[in-house]
Amino acid sequence: MSGGSPLLQTSDLQTGYHVAGKKLLVSDKMPALHLGAGQLICLLGPNGSGKSTLLRTLAGLQPPLGGAIAITGQTGLSSAGLAKKISLVLTDRIAGNNLDVYSLVALGRYPWSDWMGGLDESDRAAIERAIESAGVGPLRNRKLHTLSDGENQKVMLARALAQDTPLLMLDEPTAHLDLPSRIRLMRLLHRLARELDKGILLSTHELDLALQVADEVWLLEATGSMHKGAPEDLILNGIFEAVFAKEDVTFDRATGVFRIPPEGGRPIALEGGGVAGFWTRRALQREGFTVTDNAGGVVITQEDGRTIWMLNGKRFVTISKLLAALNGLT
Amino acid sequence: MRLIGLLVLLVMAFVLDLCAGPVRIPIHEIFRILFSSASKNNDWYFIVKNIRLPKALTAILAGCGLSVAGLQMQTLFRNPLADPGILGITAGASFGVAAVMLSGGGMATLYAIRELGLGGSWLIVGAACSGAGVVMLFVLTISSRLKDNVLMLIIGIMMSSVTLALVSIWQYFSNPEEVKDYLLWTFGSLSGVNGPQLPIFALAIVIGLVAAFLSSKMLDALLLGENYARSMGLTVKYARVVIVCSTSLLAGSITAFCGPIGFIGVAVPHLARLFFNTSSHRILMPACCLIGTVLLLLCDSIAQWPGSDTVLPVNIITSLVGAPMVIFMLVRKKNLNIYR
Repeated sequence: MSGGSPLLQTSDLQTGYHVAGKKLLVSDKMPALHLGAGQLICLLGPNGSGKSTLLRTLAGLQPPLGGAIAITGQTGLSSAGLAKKISLVLTDRIAGNNLDVYSLVALGRYPWSDWMGGLDESDRAAIERAIESAGVGPLRNRKLHTLSDGENQKVMLARALAQDTPLLMLDEPTAHLDLPSRIRLMRLLHRLARELDKGILLSTHELDLALQVADEVWLLEATGSMHKGAPEDLILNGIFEAVFAKEDVTFDRATGVFRIPPEGGRPIALEGGGVAGFWTRRALQREGFTVTDNAGGVVITQEDGRTIWMLNGKRFVTISKLLAALNGLT
Repeated sequence: MRLIGLLVLLVMAFVLDLCAGPVRIPIHEIFRILFSSASKNNDWYFIVKNIRLPKALTAILAGCGLSVAGLQMQTLFRNPLADPGILGITAGASFGVAAVMLSGGGMATLYAIRELGLGGSWLIVGAACSGAGVVMLFVLTISSRLKDNVLMLIIGIMMSSVTLALVSIWQYFSNPEEVKDYLLWTFGSLSGVNGPQLPIFALAIVIGLVAAFLSSKMLDALLLGENYARSMGLTVKYARVVIVCSTSLLAGSITAFCGPIGFIGVAVPHLARLFFNTSSHRILMPACCLIGTVLLLLCDSIAQWPGSDTVLPVNIITSLVGAPMVIFMLVRKKNLNIYR
C-alpha cells in the first residue's frame, strides 16, 4: 500500500508558532513525510510533543516555519484548493447552533457548492454516501446537542467524508470514547482507507489501537524529532520505550502495556500460564509484587472446570480472595 | 405554511401601523389613500402619505436591518447574546450625536434640532454617521489583523465602553436642557425619517442587507468554528471584513436615522431559529427580515395606540413587550438547550 500515489509529501518541514515576532519551533528535526492513497498512518507522541501542531500544519490551518508541503504534488495551494484535498476532524466541540446531523454533513460540501451554498444532485449523492460510509443513517434528523460523544465523532467523520477529499486527517478522534467505540471507529477508518483509497492520518494516544490498524506510525519526540516505521518495529527496537518511558512509568515490551513500576517489589513465584496466568500476573503486579516463574508460590490449577489458586496449601476461588490473603500475610 | 403565516402577519401589522396614531382614520380611507392617491380629507391624506407611510417603511427597513445584523453577530461570535451594537458601532453613533448636542450648546445646533425635530435633523444624522463610521473604520482595521473572533468581540465591547464613557463625561459638564435632548434621542424614534432622508436610509439598508445575504454561505461555515471553516476553504479574515462591513452599515445607519433601537437585534434571530427550526442562513436571513419587520411594526403600533395622544418611545416598547414574548416562546418550545 505504501507504494500508492503520494498524496502528501514534506521536505525539511519545521512546525511551530510565531510568538511576538519570534519563531517558536515545535518540531524541527523531521524526516521527509510521505502519505499515500489507501494508507492509514497513526501519529503518536507524548503530550506536548507537537502532534496537533504538526497535524494543523499539514492541514494548512497554520503555516510551516520551514520546509515544504506538497499535496498531490502541488505546493502553495489556496485555502479553497486545500479544502478540496484535505478534510479534517478536529477536537473542537460544535455546539449551541441548532444544527441537525444532515445539515452538518451537508456543510462538508462547502468547497463544492455554489456561491449561495446551494446543493445539486451530485452534492446530495455525496452526502448520502458519506452518511452511509460513516454509518450515521439513523442519526440524520437528530440535533447535534442530543448526540453522545461516540455518535458525535462519527457524525464529524461523515462531514469530513462528504467533503470528498483524497486526504483525511483526524486529531485524536478516539478521545472521550469508550473502548468498544474506539475500536469500532479505528476499524471504520481502516476500512475507509482501504475501500475509498483515502490517505488517512490520525493522531492518537492509543498504542494498542494503533498497533491494530496503522500501516505506519509516526512517533514524535518532545525534542522535536520523529521516528517512522511499522509500529511493531518501533517497539522491538526500543524506540517506543525510549520516547514514552519516564522514570515513573515503564513500558512492557512483552505485552505492549505501560506500567507504574512497583515500589519495593516483594518477590512472589507464580506457576501456571494461559489466560488465568496472565490476569493473575497483572493483579499481582498491581499489588506491588515482582512476579517470577519459579515454583513455591502461587499455583494455578483447574478443578472441575473451575480455576483454583493455591498458596501455602490453602485454596482460593477468586483472585480477590487470594490478594486479600497475600496482603494479610505481610 | 409558516412563511405564508408570517407574510399575512406582516401585511396585517403594516396596516395596523398605518391605522395607529392620535388621529383616527377609517381603514378603508387608508387603503384608498394608499392605492388611489386621493382622499376626501386632505388632512388624512397628508398624515398617511407624509407621516405614517414613511414611519411604517422605516419600521420595515429598521426591523430587517437590526435582525439581520444581530444574526450575523451571533453567528460570527458564536454567542447568543451578541447584538448589532456589540462592535461598538451604536456607541460610536451615540458619541457623534452627543458631541453635536452637548458641544457647549452651539446656537446652530439647537436651532437645527428645535426646528427640524430630533431625528429629522440632517445634522444629527451626519453626526451619528461620522461617529459610527470612525468606530467602524477602527474595528475594520483591527478585524483584518486579528486571528481570533473572540478577541474581536472583546475589543468591540471595550470600544463601546470607552465611547460611552466619553459621552458620560460630556453629559456631566453639559447643562440639563441639552442632556435632556440627548436622552430623548437615545429613546429611539421611527418617525424622524421622512422626505429626502427615506431613500438614502433605504439605500444604506438595502446595500447592507445584500452584503449580508451574500455572506450566508460564509456564516454557515462559521457555525462550525473558525478551524473547520478554514478547513472548508473559507478565508476567515475576508469573511470577517464582509460581515463587519455589512453589520456596521446596517447598525450605523439605523442608529443614525432612528436612534439606538435595542432588543430587536438580539431577540429576532432566536425567534427565527425557533420558528424555522434550522441553522441555515439562507433561510434564517429572510426569516429574520420577516419576523423583525412584524415585531417592529407591532411595537410601533402599540407605542401610539389609537385614541391616546401619548406616543411612547419605540425603544421602551420593544423591550417591554418583546422580552416577555421571547421568554414565553423559548420556555414553551422547550428548546432552551439549542444554546448549550
